[in-house]
Amino acid sequence: MGNFYLDTAELKFHLTHPLMQKIVGLKERNYTEHEQFEYAPVDFEDAMDSYDQVLEIVGDICANTIAPHAESVDAEGPHLVDGHVQYAAGTQKNLDAIVKAGLMGITLPRKFQGLNFPIVPYIMAADMVSRADAGFVNIWGLQDCAETIHEFADEEQQQRYLPRIAAGETAAMDLTEPDAGSDLQAVQLKASLVEGKWYLNGVKRFITNGDGNISLVLARSEEGTADGRGLSMFIYDRNSNAVTVRRIEHKLGIIGSPTCELVFRNAPAELVGQRKFGLIKYVMALMNGARLGIAAQSVGVADAAWREAVAYAKERVQFGSSISKFPAVYEMISRMKAKVDAIRSLLYETARFVDVYKAYEHISKERALTPEERTELKSYQKLADIFTPLSKGLSSEICNQVAYDALQIHGGSGFMKDYPIERIYRDARITSIYEGTTQLQVVAAVRGVTTGGYLAQMRAYEEREVKPELLGYRNYIAEMTDEYAEAVGKVMEVNQNEYTDFHARRLVEMAGNIIMSHLLVLDTNREHLYWKSLDIFLKIARGENRGRKEFIDITNPADLGKYKIE
Amino acid sequence: MYKIIVLAKQVPDTRNVGKDAMKADGTVNRAALPAIFNPEDLNALELALEIKDRYPETRITLLTMGPVRAAEILREGMYRGADAGVLLTDKAFAGSDTLATSYALSCAIRKIGDFDLILAGRQAIDGDTAQVGPQVAEKLGIPQITYAEEIISLVEKTIRVKRRLERGFELVESPLPVLITAHSTAPECRPRNAKRLMKYKRATTLSERHSASDDYLASHLEKSYLAITEWCAKDVNSDLVQLGLGGSPTKVRQVENIVFQAKESKVLTAGDADIEWLMQELIAQHTIG
Repeated sequence: MGNFYLDTAELKFHLTHPLMQKIVGLKERNYTEHEQFEYAPVDFEDAMDSYDQVLEIVGDICANTIAPHAESVDAEGPHLVDGHVQYAAGTQKNLDAIVKAGLMGITLPRKFQGLNFPIVPYIMAADMVSRADAGFVNIWGLQDCAETIHEFADEEQQQRYLPRIAAGETAAMDLTEPDAGSDLQAVQLKASLVEGKWYLNGVKRFITNGDGNISLVLARSEEGTADGRGLSMFIYDRNSNAVTVRRIEHKLGIIGSPTCELVFRNAPAELVGQRKFGLIKYVMALMNGARLGIAAQSVGVADAAWREAVAYAKERVQFGSSISKFPAVYEMISRMKAKVDAIRSLLYETARFVDVYKAYEHISKERALTPEERTELKSYQKLADIFTPLSKGLSSEICNQVAYDALQIHGGSGFMKDYPIERIYRDARITSIYEGTTQLQVVAAVRGVTTGGYLAQMRAYEEREVKPELLGYRNYIAEMTDEYAEAVGKVMEVNQNEYTDFHARRLVEMAGNIIMSHLLVLDTNREHLYWKSLDIFLKIARGENRGRKEFIDITNPADLGKYKIE
Repeated sequence: MYKIIVLAKQVPDTRNVGKDAMKADGTVNRAALPAIFNPEDLNALELALEIKDRYPETRITLLTMGPVRAAEILREGMYRGADAGVLLTDKAFAGSDTLATSYALSCAIRKIGDFDLILAGRQAIDGDTAQVGPQVAEKLGIPQITYAEEIISLVEKTIRVKRRLERGFELVESPLPVLITAHSTAPECRPRNAKRLMKYKRATTLSERHSASDDYLASHLEKSYLAITEWCAKDVNSDLVQLGLGGSPTKVRQVENIVFQAKESKVLTAGDADIEWLMQELIAQHTIG
């Protein structure tokens, strides 16, 4: 009887971060709901105890229900039956367990039958579910759509849809089309207003859980337009039975998660919020939530891969010894662990920023914020905006590196279907592609480089007080920061967008390495057990950043011509 | 609606036995094993919850006998969907065998009074006797159905149950009230529910409240669902002579620690000659035949 929460001390460590006091206080509006709801907390300690105990349930279900089904789900996959999706048997059992445990609508307010949890414990659940089965987390994690309905739909729509999601109905976000992938401005699905009611016609492609009960659909409501400003957001209810699944894609990984091609035929739909705001406002919000979810998925999958590597290396004997005793192997495994710790720290730092600003946003709908609160909202929102793509971009790439190395540790056995690492390796691959490729995350994150947002946060971390024994690490990071600032300066002084874009990924990765190093210092300050990961990660980061800086130093704008594809 | 009593036991988790699971004197080292909800009692609870799914007014009371900490499984049962818990605890119960246990439980059930169904696990993993359920039924003078795998139907005062037997199954019907013991092939119990956990996490017995802070007491005064019923031997009008070690005819003479020592192994091919040899060997050793 394993438990993915209890066997991962890092989760409880991040749950008990000092900023939680503020986050929970805001989310619980100073603990006033317990008179109305029997399951609401009376104070901070009570709330934290509830998160802790509920996460223990999640860890139980992950270890004893979801993880044991992962292999059969991967082999079986979903089925297309009469234009609808039928999940693999294991997926359905997972979903039943999750629903009975009341783990849908985790972040929704209690008035919609949600648990009213902050994002941090929700992301922890996502982290664990991803470790158990990366495909299943998509179906479960689409409860993010509820957050978008909560934020932008009207009160009456919220009343009708949100309790359904909290009760266990699944959701989908129908954005992409055959000719609108990364470029959502090209969406063609047509929304027509007939006698005061909206109807949708067209095709959506690559839709995760496309046959979910409640779908958020991006469609062109303004005839004759061709860009993002002609798009609006709609809710489609599967009970209307006007959308068929034409095809379920055959994929490399996350096979249990049905990726659908959908045909809308006069599908009745409801407008969410205002017309024309579909892409420019609502999808951006939806994607930010989803990106944090993929960052969590990346961390969970990387964690799973690392564990498989450790287990295999310990039991595999070659040349008369466990292979874990060989430097070539333990060096890889410890680097993997350091990277997993680093991306997990970045994930929860990001989740905390999102938590604070989202809580203020919701409060601002109930009452006017004080000027101080408004300032805080803005500063946390800025941090969330630059940390979300950083976290998604870096953790998905690192997840792939860790999965690659974990399979390598298995040697030939890893290439066979005999060990879970083969599936985990395939599952990892999508993380750096969907919800915006790494290249698109860099486009969003580079703003943190050019506006100085990351640099300011690095300096802010330097100000935090830490134990004297950690100051050596701090100085080390300070040098890296100077080097980063210099590299940024070199690229910016050229003052050409194309040149900045050319180096953007390098600069973003340099910033990420420094920020993760800072976070590991702060973690070690609070919990000594992180010192190994700190030391190992910092050396990896320093080496990588030097290489990137060197590359920037020896490159100039004239070089771009050599790279261009004829 | 039905009134259901589910019998449950907190047991040491003998499925994950480490090397220090037994003490030198041959008794179970309870401290080394985590205490868990007896697995087949969870199957019994699930059967009860499925009835409640069909008839939402149904009330499920979980009854356990054990030390004060056995209240843990009552809370766990409430997180999974039970409506109330009763803890039967008293020094007088210590050392009870199955006869004394079933006597004490039957006294508590009489005290609870009205019921339509009693559900229990087939057996507990620490004793594997499978006696307590049937003995309780005998003491209460009601019919019993053992090895239940599925409740096929429950209409008014008639229940139809599928029993899992070694070489097949049996469909049986009984009037209510009846005692049913659940087999491990019955549906697995649903998980603990997040909201129920948050609602009932402070549910405590009187003994637990004695050692808790004032805050907890205050919340109890307001919310009656947070009080877990706790009864001692006197509360259930039991005859002390029939309880505990004194009331238990089972006497353990000796416990032996058995270590499997066979180290010998033979490698056989799939050829006819080897299979023939193995068959003869197994018949000669009376392993089969």
